[in-house]
Amino acid sequence: MEKQVGTFAVKKGLAQMLKGGVIMDVVTAEHARIAEDAGAVAVMALERVPADIRAHGGVARMSDPGLIEEIMEAVSIPVMAKVRIGHFVEAQILESLGVDYVDESEVLTPADEEHHINKHDFKIPFVCGCRNLGEALRRIGEGAAMIRTKGEAGTGDVVEAVRHARAVLGEIRRLQNMPDEELMAYAKNIGAPYEIVRETKELGRLPVVNFAAGGIATPADAALMMQLGVDGNFVGSGIFKSGDPARRAAAIVKATTHFNDPDILAEVSRNLGEPMVGRQVTDIPEMELIAQRGW
Amino acid sequence: MKVGVLALQGDFVEHVHALRRIGVEASEVRLPGQLGVLDGLIIPGGESTTIGKLAIDYEMMEPLRAFGREKAIWGTCAGAIFLSKDARRKQPLLELMDITVERNAFGRQVDSFEVDLNVPALESVDPSGSPYHAVFIRAPLIETVQEDAQSLATLSDGRIVAASQGHWLATVFHPELTSDDRFHRYFLEMIRTN
Repeated sequence: MEKQVGTFAVKKGLAQMLKGGVIMDVVTAEHARIAEDAGAVAVMALERVPADIRAHGGVARMSDPGLIEEIMEAVSIPVMAKVRIGHFVEAQILESLGVDYVDESEVLTPADEEHHINKHDFKIPFVCGCRNLGEALRRIGEGAAMIRTKGEAGTGDVVEAVRHARAVLGEIRRLQNMPDEELMAYAKNIGAPYEIVRETKELGRLPVVNFAAGGIATPADAALMMQLGVDGNFVGSGIFKSGDPARRAAAIVKATTHFNDPDILAEVSRNLGEPMVGRQVTDIPEMELIAQRGW
Repeated sequence: MKVGVLALQGDFVEHVHALRRIGVEASEVRLPGQLGVLDGLIIPGGESTTIGKLAIDYEMMEPLRAFGREKAIWGTCAGAIFLSKDARRKQPLLELMDITVERNAFGRQVDSFEVDLNVPALESVDPSGSPYHAVFIRAPLIETVQEDAQSLATLSDGRIVAASQGHWLATVFHPELTSDDRFHRYFLEMIRTN
């Protein structure tokens, strides 16, 4: 057989290598090196962390290719970058740069309110956000090779991350107990492709890797998400908006590995300095909620 | 027989499932105390810098080396890097196998690939000798093998992608991502004959 690149197995495979790890938002090459030294499995290169995107307002777009390349040169671990929902040209640009993973992200201002990117068209893999099983399976249907629950980015409030992880994992548990003749109606109700609904039932999990995101700010938050059943964590503003980023980053890495060991969790939670200043999700006007972007 | 899978980070669950499919008792290893009862250990794919850092933080480097001097270890991808004596950059390594590896030798994720390999050594567990379908993810390469380390498989251009040395095995691709269990059975034979 001839060598094949860009297959679904290698796209999904990279996400499998990231499991049990922490992917950190970074805005400079120096941040990227701090993240790598702290044990990050990958970095997300962007111009502003979600907390600043919230604060600044305006249209948030794909980052400058120059910045992304600087970060790619600074570290040996995989580098991800974000594109706006539906903005397939931003994705073509990231593919041309050779970014390792594209996040089609609600954190940026959506470019298309109807359609997400057809991710099958690309050689590079995509990760997409979701709030429930139907949304996760629609993204996989479009070619996403990795899923993250959305949470509510830039808040430091873990409540939405928990809500979305419980929704996805709880729906999978219910699906597993469903007789096969009910699957078609279920697929119709949640707006998901039937074949992928069936596959998810058989596997008892999403067919691709599933990380948590959006509001994780402490080692305990990271371990909570792992105990709920996700495969790893994205941490955005929680690290570089805190008092001692290097220390907090290393602690969140350890908590993601030793998520079931309360003694270690107590040890790594000690003396971390100031956490990011959070913003309670219930205080945010509904119009400003990021997770509702995309469908 | 009990086989452990180093579970600091990476696709350790895939290895655990592959072992259980062939009827082996498998356990996840995160701390030194969990090595004692094992007959062999697999170091999975993942990020070698993350695995190395966590191994140092939880004082696993010396226990892993001591384990490896006596018992069989197999490293896949990041695990192969971690087993090597030389990765051509400064990062924590077990320095057990006399191999030199180059990280991300094929480029970035867009260059990750699948290909069929000819692996004569697998005929000891399956005489058919059929090609082995291998998945390479941001894979390293085994640049050279030294001392009594030997190449087990190469790409069509001759570059080395699997090697063994005594009771150590290194593959830069991921047998745990496919349903072909020959490499897992091959490793069990290494444990039995060690």
